[in-house]
Amino acid sequence: MTMTETDPGAAAGLATDRDEVIKLAILAVGGQGGGVITDWIVDVAERNGWYAQATSVPGVAQRTGATIYYVEMVREDEAGGTPVLALMPSPGDVDIVLAAEMMEAGRAIQRGFVTPDRTTLIASTDRTLAVIEKIVPGSGIAESDPVADAALAASRRFLSADLDRLAKQNGSVISASLFGALAGARVLPFAPDTFEETIKAGGRGIEASLRAFRAGAEAIGNPAAAASLTRSDVRSGDKGVVGPEKERRAWGGLLERIEREFPAAARPMLRAGLEKVVDFQDVGYGGEYLDRLKAQYDRDSASGGVEKGFRFTVESAKYVANAMAYDDVVRVADLKTRASRFRRIETQMGVGDRNVMHVTEFMHPRIEEVCGTMPAGLGNFIVTRPGLRRTLDRLVNRGRHVRTDTIRWFLALYFVGGLRRIRRRSLRHRTETAHLEDWLSLANATIPEDYDLAVEVIRCRRLIKGYSDTHARGESKFDRVLSALPVLKGRDDAAEWLHRLIEAALKDEKGEMLDGALKTIRTL
Amino acid sequence: MAERSFAKEVEQLRIGAGEEFRGEGILAVTKALLECGVGYVGGYQGAPISHLMDVLADAQDILGELGVHFEASASEATAAATLAASMHYPIRGAVTFKSTVGTNVASDALANLASGGVNGGALIIVGEDYGEGASIMQERSHAFAMKSQIWLLDPRPNLEMIVKAVREGFELSEASNTPVMLEMRIRACHVHGRFKARDNVKPKMSLAEALETPKRDLNRIVLPPASFLHEQEKISKRWPAAVSFVKERKLNEFFGPADGNVGIVLQGGMYNGVMRALQRLGLADIRGNTDVPLYVLNVTYPLIDDEFLDFARDKDAVLVVEEAQPNHIEQAFGAMLHKAGIDTLLRGKDPFPMAGEYTGAVMLSAIRDFLRDHAGGLLSDKDRAPNEPEAPLVPDLSKVVPPRPPGFCTGCPERPIFAAMKLVQEELGEHHVAADIGCHLFSIMPPFNIGASTMGYGLGPASASAFNVEAKKRPISVMGDGGFWHNGLSSGITNAVFNKHDGMIVIVDNYYSAATGGQDIPSSRAKNRSRSTSHPITDAVKGVGAKWVRHVDRTYDVGKLREIFREALTTDEKGPKIVVASSECMLNRQRRERPLLASAIKEGKRSVKPRFGVDEDVCTGDHACMRLSGCPSLSVKTLDDPLRDDPVAAIDETCVGCGNCGEVADAAVLCPSFYRADVIHNPSGWDRFMARLRTRVTGWLQRRRDASRLTFSAGAA
Repeated sequence: MTMTETDPGAAAGLATDRDEVIKLAILAVGGQGGGVITDWIVDVAERNGWYAQATSVPGVAQRTGATIYYVEMVREDEAGGTPVLALMPSPGDVDIVLAAEMMEAGRAIQRGFVTPDRTTLIASTDRTLAVIEKIVPGSGIAESDPVADAALAASRRFLSADLDRLAKQNGSVISASLFGALAGARVLPFAPDTFEETIKAGGRGIEASLRAFRAGAEAIGNPAAAASLTRSDVRSGDKGVVGPEKERRAWGGLLERIEREFPAAARPMLRAGLEKVVDFQDVGYGGEYLDRLKAQYDRDSASGGVEKGFRFTVESAKYVANAMAYDDVVRVADLKTRASRFRRIETQMGVGDRNVMHVTEFMHPRIEEVCGTMPAGLGNFIVTRPGLRRTLDRLVNRGRHVRTDTIRWFLALYFVGGLRRIRRRSLRHRTETAHLEDWLSLANATIPEDYDLAVEVIRCRRLIKGYSDTHARGESKFDRVLSALPVLKGRDDAAEWLHRLIEAALKDEKGEMLDGALKTIRTL
Repeated sequence: MAERSFAKEVEQLRIGAGEEFRGEGILAVTKALLECGVGYVGGYQGAPISHLMDVLADAQDILGELGVHFEASASEATAAATLAASMHYPIRGAVTFKSTVGTNVASDALANLASGGVNGGALIIVGEDYGEGASIMQERSHAFAMKSQIWLLDPRPNLEMIVKAVREGFELSEASNTPVMLEMRIRACHVHGRFKARDNVKPKMSLAEALETPKRDLNRIVLPPASFLHEQEKISKRWPAAVSFVKERKLNEFFGPADGNVGIVLQGGMYNGVMRALQRLGLADIRGNTDVPLYVLNVTYPLIDDEFLDFARDKDAVLVVEEAQPNHIEQAFGAMLHKAGIDTLLRGKDPFPMAGEYTGAVMLSAIRDFLRDHAGGLLSDKDRAPNEPEAPLVPDLSKVVPPRPPGFCTGCPERPIFAAMKLVQEELGEHHVAADIGCHLFSIMPPFNIGASTMGYGLGPASASAFNVEAKKRPISVMGDGGFWHNGLSSGITNAVFNKHDGMIVIVDNYYSAATGGQDIPSSRAKNRSRSTSHPITDAVKGVGAKWVRHVDRTYDVGKLREIFREALTTDEKGPKIVVASSECMLNRQRRERPLLASAIKEGKRSVKPRFGVDEDVCTGDHACMRLSGCPSLSVKTLDDPLRDDPVAAIDETCVGCGNCGEVADAAVLCPSFYRADVIHNPSGWDRFMARLRTRVTGWLQRRRDASRLTFSAGAA
C-alpha cells in the first residue's frame, strides 16, 4: 500500500479552488462497474447541491474492453440553469482521474488526461491482465513500475492502493473501494458521510459495499494505518517438514550436505530444488540430486566460477531440480490425491462445515503416458510397435472427467500415485534421465571454453514444459535453440545470442520468432 | 428481457407537468414521445440506441395505459416501413435504430416513405455510433437525409433541447408532410441530465380507428405517375413549408454578440464541445455566454439560406463546425456565399481535420487557429503566440500499456465454438472464414485470430457466396442468431441452399440479440409476455430446404463441436453444411440465475455452485490453455517459487463454472491441472453421509501415505 505525492501541499487544495467546474474521468475495464461508480458520483454531487453531468460510451467496449466514463460537476447556484458542460474529457483539462487498474492508469496518462498542474490520479495497483499478456508462452505480463513512475511525473498527486484486494477482502467489488478511495483522497468538496449516504441509498449489497468503501477511503486517506493493518496477514516462516523419523534424519543429512559442500550463493536455490525432488520421489532421490549438483559445482569451481558468483551452479540447481521432477502421470496423480490439496481447494472455494464439495478432474491420458509409467522394457516394447500402440491408444486416449472425491476414482489415482515406488524403473524415467544427462554433458563440455554460454545452455531447460503436444513443442524448441550451439561457439557474444534465442522461443506458441532468430544466426 | 433493466427508471415516464425528470438522454426521449401523443413506436436495437428499445420494452404497462403500440421490429427496414401508418392517417409514429448501419438497412423503406410523404408526424430517431468506442464503419447519416429529403435535427446535447427537438420534430413533420430524422450522438444518448416534464398525451387517433375506417390516397403511393409528382412536390411544397417552419419557430439559435468580425456556425450536437473550447480560451462561460457569435444549427437539413447569409454577410470569416466527412454543410454554405456574391471567408475542414472525431483537443486547436488567423485580438497572449511545445516530461508508455480491445465475457458460450474451430484448423489447415456482426466477431482478436471479413449484420454467409467453387478447402462462415433473424435466413441460408453452396455455416445461437444488450428474438427461449419466442433456428433452416443440419445444444462441448466441424469440412455431401451451436449468453444467464441461486441458498434449498480451479503445482506455465480461452476469469499469476520462471494459470472468484477450461484441456490434450469444484449448499442427508464416508476412506489412505514419506508445508515447522 503506497501513497505518493508529487506536491505535499497539494492535499489541501480542492479541485474547485482553481476552476468552477470539476472534471473527473474514470478509466476501467468493461465489467468492472464503471457505470456504478459514475452513478454514485452523480448522486453524491446532487446530494451536496451540485449539478452533475455524466457521460459514457457504453457500447462494444463494455465487453471486457477499456472504457471511459466522464463526469463534470458545478455548484447549482453557479450553474444558473443547465450549465454548458463538455461530454468528453480533454487532454490537459481533467482534475481527477480514477483508474480501476494499473494499466488503465497508464492509458489515462498516455491520453494526456493526467497533467502535473491539476490532476489527482487515484489508481488501483492491481492488474487485470489483457489477453495478449496471458497468451505468451513465457511471461507476457506488462510491468507496472514504469506506469507508477510516469504517474508520479505526470500528476499533481498520485494516490494508489490495491483497491481490488480491499474490495475482495470485504466481499465487494472494486467500484465500492474506488469510490471510497475518491472520498479518502478528499479531492471533492463533499463530506465523507454524504458518500456513505449515496451507497446506502443504493440497492443490493449495501453492507459489503460500505465495508469496501471504508477500506478504500482508509487506504488512500490514511495509508500508514491501512498498511499496518494488512501487514499482519502476510504469512511468514520457513517451510516445515513432517514424516517418519528415519526420513527426517536423512533429510537433515541432506541439508547439512548443502551447508558443507556448496557455496553460500547457491544454497537457497539448492534448498528449494532439493525439496522439490524429495517431494517428487524420496530422500534417496534428493541424494542423487545433490550428487549431480556437486559434480556441477566442481566443474564450476574449476572454470573460474568464484568470479562469476557460481551462476553455473545456481542455474543448475534450479533447472536440474525441474528436470528431475518431471511432470509424469504419477506426479499428477500424487498431487491430486494429497490431503493438503483438498484443504487448499476448500479454502479457495470458501467451503465451510455446512457445505459439501465435489471435485471433478479433467484428464486426457494417451498411450504415451501409460507406457511411460510402465517398466522400461514393457513400455518400450509397446512404443516401438506402431500397430500395437495405436490399438492400445484407442482404448485409453479419451477425455476422462473423474471425481476424485469419490472412493472409486480416488483409489485409482491413489494407486497411480503409489507407482512412485517403481518410478525409477519406468520408461519415462529412463527417457528423462537420458535427456538430462545429454543436456548436462553439453553444458559441461561448453563451460571450459565459455562460462556464460554454458550457463545459457543450462537455462534452455526453461523451454521444456507442458504436457503432450505442448511438451513436444517445448522439446522441439529446446532442440532448435541448442542446434545453434555449434555456430555460436567461439563467438564473444555467444551467450547473449543463446539468451536471445531462449527469449524468442518464449514469445509465441509455434516458435516462429525463434525460427527467424535462427535464420539470423546462420547468416552470422 | 434485456441485459439492463429500466423497470425502476420507467416510473419517471408517468410524471406530469411541472415535475422534474432526471436521467439518461434516451429515457428523456421516451418521455418526450409520450408527451407528444405518439401512437406507435418501433425500432431495432444497437448501440447507442439499445437502451431506448429496452426502456420501451420495460414501459409496456405505461404505453398500454396511453394506448401506444410498441413493436420490437425484426430489422431497421421493418421499423422504417412501420412508419407507413402515418402516411394516410394523422397518427404520430416514431422508430429508432443505430446509424449508419441501421439507416443503410432502412433506406429502401425510408426512400418510399419520403417520396409519398406523411400525414401524421413521423420521427426517425437515429443513434450515431461515431467516434471513440464505435463498433462500425465511420460514415454520416446526413447523406440519407439529403438523398431522400428527410429533415435532419441535430439538437444541442442537453435533455431540454433533446426533448424540445422531439416535440418540434413531430410538428415540423406534420407542417411539411415530410419524415424527420432526429440525430442523437452516442454521448448525448447516455448523458445524465434533467428537464421539466409535461403531461403525457393520448394519441389523437388510435390505430384501431384507422383500421376500422381505412383510407387510400393514390397520390401517396410510390408508383408512376405519382412518384414523379412526389419529386416536384418535395421541392415546390414540402421544402418551403419546412423552411418557413424552421424560421418562424426559431429552431436554429444565435448566441453571443450581434456584431463581430468572425462567427462560428455549428451543428447543434457540437455545441458543448465548441463552448468548452471557447471556455478554455477565456471567451465563454458555463452559463452559455460567449464573446464569439454562434449560429447553432439544431436543424442541419434543410439549411436556411437567408439565416446563414445574414449571419455571414458582415463578417471577415466564418468557421463551420461539421463533424466527419464529406463536409456537406460547408459545401452548401460555400455555394450560398458564392451565389450571393458575398466574399466572407468560409473556413471548416481547415483548420479542422478532414476526417475523424471532433474531440476536445481537436476542437480547441482548430478554433484557436481560426481565431488566431482572423480575430487575434480576442485571444490572450499565450493563445495568440504560443511557445514551442515543451518536451514531454512524462515517460513514453506506448511500449508498456497493452491494448485492451473488447472480447468475450467470462463464461461466454461463444468462446468454446472458436476454440473448437481453432483446433479443427490445426488439423485441417487454415480456412477462409467470413465473420459477421455480433459478439462472435471478437473471434478475430487474440487468442483466436479467426475471421477474415465482416460485411454487415447477418451477411456472414452471404459474404462467402463467391467461394462456392471446387477447391481443396471449403469456406467457413459465421452468423449470430440476431443476424440470422434480421436477414441472414434469406440472405445467407436460403441463398446458400438455392445456389447449392458447399461451405460450412456456423450459426451462433445464444438466445438473445446479445451484442446489443440481450434483447429477445424469435429463437429466444425465455418466456416473453408480449412476444412469441422459442422458434428453433434449426426448424427455420430446414424449412428453407437445408439438408445437412447439425445442432449442438451445449457449446461448451468442445470435442463434439470439433467433430462436427471436421465432418462438415470433409464430408462428401454437397450443399451448405449448417451447424447451429446453442448455449445461453452467460451475461444474461447470470443476471437471471444468480439472484435465484442466492435466494435458493438462503431458503435452505440444496443448490450447487460450480467453479473452476487450477492446481498450480501441476500447471507448468506454458499458457496453452490461455491461447484457447481469453476468459477474463482465467489469468496468470507469478508464484513465490525461485524454481519457476513463468507465471502459472489461475482462476479467480469471478469464474462462473462454464466448463470451457476443462473441455478445452480435454479436447486439446493440454494438461491435467484444471479441476471443477462443485460446492453444494444445504446438502441433503445423503450428500452428507456420502461425504463423511468418502472422507473417512480417503483420509485414512492419505494418512497412510503421508506416514511413509516427508511432506513439506508452509509455516508448519
